[in-house]
Amino acid sequence: MTDMSHQNQIPKNEEERRAQEARLAKPWEAPPGWRYWSAVNNTEVGLWYTVGAFIFFLFAGVLALLMRTQLSVPGNDFLSAETYNQFFTLHGSIMMFLFGVPIFEAFSIMILPQILGARDLPFPRLSAYGFWCFVIGGIFVCGSVFFDAAPRGGWFMYPPLTTKYQEGIGADIWLLGLSFIEIASIAAAVELIVGVLKTRPPGMRINMIPLYAWYVLVVAGMILFAFPPLIAGDLLLEMERAFDWPFFDPDRGGDPLFWQHLFWIFGHPEVYIIFLPAIALVAMIVPTFAQRPIVGYTWVVLAAVGTGFVSFGLWVHHMYTTGLPGISLSFFSAASEAVAIPTGVQIFCFLATALAGKFVRNVAMLFVTGALAIFVIGGLTGVMVAVAPFDFQVHDTYFVVAHLHYVLIGGVLFPVSAGLYYFYPMVTGKTLSEKTGQVAFWFMFIGFNVAFMPMHLSGLLGMPRRVFTYMDAPGYDILNMTSTVGAYVLAAGFACLVYEVVRPKKNQPYAKRNPWNAGTLEWMAEMPAKPWGARTIPLVKSRYPLWDQPNFLDDVDNGRFYLPDAEEGKRETMISTSIDAVPIQCLRVPGPTFKTFWAAMFTGGFFIFATYKWYTAAMISAALALAAILYWLWTGTAKIPEKREKHVGLGMTLPLYGSGSQSVGWWAMFITMVADVTAFLGLVFGYFFYWTVNEDFPPASASGPGFGWPLLAAGILLGSWIMTVLARRWNRQARSGAFYSALVTAIVFATAGIAALAAGPWLADMDPVSHVYPATVWILVIWTALHLGLGVIMQLYCMARRFAGRMTFEYDIDIQNVTLYWHFMAITVLVTTAVIGGFPLLT
Amino acid sequence: MSENTEDSEITVRPELRELPERRESLWLLILGPLIWSAHFLLSYITAAVWCAKVAGRTGSLSCARLAIAVFTLLALSGIGLTAWGAWRRHKYGRATVPHDLNTAADRHRFLGFATLLLCGLSFVGTAYVALGIVFFQSCE
Repeated sequence: MTDMSHQNQIPKNEEERRAQEARLAKPWEAPPGWRYWSAVNNTEVGLWYTVGAFIFFLFAGVLALLMRTQLSVPGNDFLSAETYNQFFTLHGSIMMFLFGVPIFEAFSIMILPQILGARDLPFPRLSAYGFWCFVIGGIFVCGSVFFDAAPRGGWFMYPPLTTKYQEGIGADIWLLGLSFIEIASIAAAVELIVGVLKTRPPGMRINMIPLYAWYVLVVAGMILFAFPPLIAGDLLLEMERAFDWPFFDPDRGGDPLFWQHLFWIFGHPEVYIIFLPAIALVAMIVPTFAQRPIVGYTWVVLAAVGTGFVSFGLWVHHMYTTGLPGISLSFFSAASEAVAIPTGVQIFCFLATALAGKFVRNVAMLFVTGALAIFVIGGLTGVMVAVAPFDFQVHDTYFVVAHLHYVLIGGVLFPVSAGLYYFYPMVTGKTLSEKTGQVAFWFMFIGFNVAFMPMHLSGLLGMPRRVFTYMDAPGYDILNMTSTVGAYVLAAGFACLVYEVVRPKKNQPYAKRNPWNAGTLEWMAEMPAKPWGARTIPLVKSRYPLWDQPNFLDDVDNGRFYLPDAEEGKRETMISTSIDAVPIQCLRVPGPTFKTFWAAMFTGGFFIFATYKWYTAAMISAALALAAILYWLWTGTAKIPEKREKHVGLGMTLPLYGSGSQSVGWWAMFITMVADVTAFLGLVFGYFFYWTVNEDFPPASASGPGFGWPLLAAGILLGSWIMTVLARRWNRQARSGAFYSALVTAIVFATAGIAALAAGPWLADMDPVSHVYPATVWILVIWTALHLGLGVIMQLYCMARRFAGRMTFEYDIDIQNVTLYWHFMAITVLVTTAVIGGFPLLT
Repeated sequence: MSENTEDSEITVRPELRELPERRESLWLLILGPLIWSAHFLLSYITAAVWCAKVAGRTGSLSCARLAIAVFTLLALSGIGLTAWGAWRRHKYGRATVPHDLNTAADRHRFLGFATLLLCGLSFVGTAYVALGIVFFQSCE
């Protein structure tokens, strides 16, 4: 890799340095005029994403105020029951799906590259696609309330309420609109995982990475396992609503509890998915204002990773009152108590850091302190409701409302506000006013406690959640009026914060560089920040390079580290190994485009048209989305570079292309498919769940797909997989003829295999509306067939790429990634055929 | 970094020769929590299937308890073994915490220490979950 004889690129004089900077700035500049919206760079997309999430937050906040107004006095008629139901459903759904998760992704897309000293994340266009999906889906879901069409089944959409007792398209808007956003979330998770593992600067070994990056890694990993079960659930519930497939209808073998399982397997980790990133901000802010390294770095890593795992063992604590066996409840109760351990550990680490250091007092630290105080109260009530008998008493009362708001406002909103104050100068170059910040904090802190502390009591008095009014019982009136007053005070505080953020600051001077005297790489940025993000990609030797490495900023500015120049006028960043951050590639990242925007519009069209049951329009939109995505991939990915290697400075030469596990695309495919298989396993879980709840499953009277067709399908489809693997190998060996014939055979096999797979249930006349058994078999077959169809498109794509000369025997990213996809197809096919063909033989 | 620098580092400090990155894995870091997850799921599935299909909703847990006890012993031993390996990595060489040096050896020690801590949490978590079978004797 190294070529010591090569001259390094350190500029010799001021003139050369200027010339370098000019060359570097050019490719990284945001596009001018209306084309600004074609930007894909993390600084632009991250900013839009953040602003978007905050706008949705304000909208949901206004809904909350209207609800509190309705609840201020008993028997109020400010809002009708119908409107109130729409409001509380949207409030919860927006806060979770359009603020909680996206704000993490938005912040991370914006600051993660800076924290890692990278120029951008590896897939900027994927981030842009995710952002546009988020905006379209968000507006669609929020907008429904203005047409009195919003979902009203609660943010958890429990059937049978949402399948049998609610007319209108509200639930469809929720299911399809939010599924769309869940896909955007998974896209961002893929981007962030690859970002943390592969775009670290040289020297930043796994024991050196900033804690924020550890949290991002954990949370993005959690998204991969938490969101897919919900997507599977959405699919089943929408199939029941649209086509009457009885997944949740007990009369035909279904079970509404299955929805609750899928929802909460998502829903509980979700709480930690939005809490951990916010606490990650605290992990960055506290060391800066203590002016010392974090105390117990490894312990915080333990907390992040440990919480990530244990949070998946808590879901049934939302279902304590559904009548599950006591022994099952005990497992979930135990895990719910255990999760308090890692959660507590990180809080002690923050307190120890603050106490051992200088403790600079300012608004960011004020919000951090407030956050910890509020969160600890929420955590303690959490330990209370984790105890099943206590939960039996307070289930579905305002006690739970109080608990979850203490956790989420203390664990998310306050840290995010601290983060806003802390990172604002990095993004805009200017600081926010301390005075306004203090006013905002105290209003928010006092308002919050006045609003939510009394809810513990109203809950213990027995006041139920999600009811639009209440009777004039002793104690209810004063507690509720207090809560309403508190809510308005909280809102006033937040309004101060919003004012401070948006107020024009034209005449205010720029902040000095690294205004907080922080130690981590994101503060290398100049004020205001330059378009390139990092002037050079530094060699890192400490967890806090700005504190510990002498002359660090000077070396960065004067091009004494890696990639100080952009000779070919292209956007470039470095890719390194996942543990020791050894550089392995100089990655060319794509620039501005509207392709991702159109891809998102058409994807949105599919989901939105399907909501109104305009299936033809939905199918056309899906086809256009596919075309747009293929065009985007064809023109923008796996480009063959004009030369093999590039000199990147400090005597290092790196390849410009890497395929197989060397390529970031391979990692992205792997991670995406892990999420995909998780959703599939959600459906497989359904099959076995129905087996446990039904006396006989498959029902003795029902005909099944038999054994022969699934076995045949498995054989042919595995053949297609093997031919794909061989195509990859023969391409590497430069045997063109063999490559093409292998892929043609693979496509023929895949098509025949899909037919054989469908033949089983089809020839047996299995009617999915009649009972949950045929419905479950069909859903597994359809899922597998659709994925195989996609696999065929990928095989065709590889042939076309090879034919067009965009893929060669040496530059073979496409076939490498497609083969990886087919490995996962092999697993999917084996599981599907074994379940539908094999399992009935055992029973 | 570059091969030349790595080579010269290895000549100076022979300990680096045994610590190439390819021998490390992030999977080992999460082995403790993975064992916890496997134990958790197996215990839950065993109890659920036992109560739904074998004993009935008021039946005795009898064999299910025994099975879960066996899972627990296996899981705790697995976590213990992982922790022992992790302890040895944590103690590698002479340096102590916070393992924040920019060397392969400190990376090795850090991963060992983090694995050890996660094993501790997994051990407690597994023991907590297993407490259920101490107190529950039937499916009710």
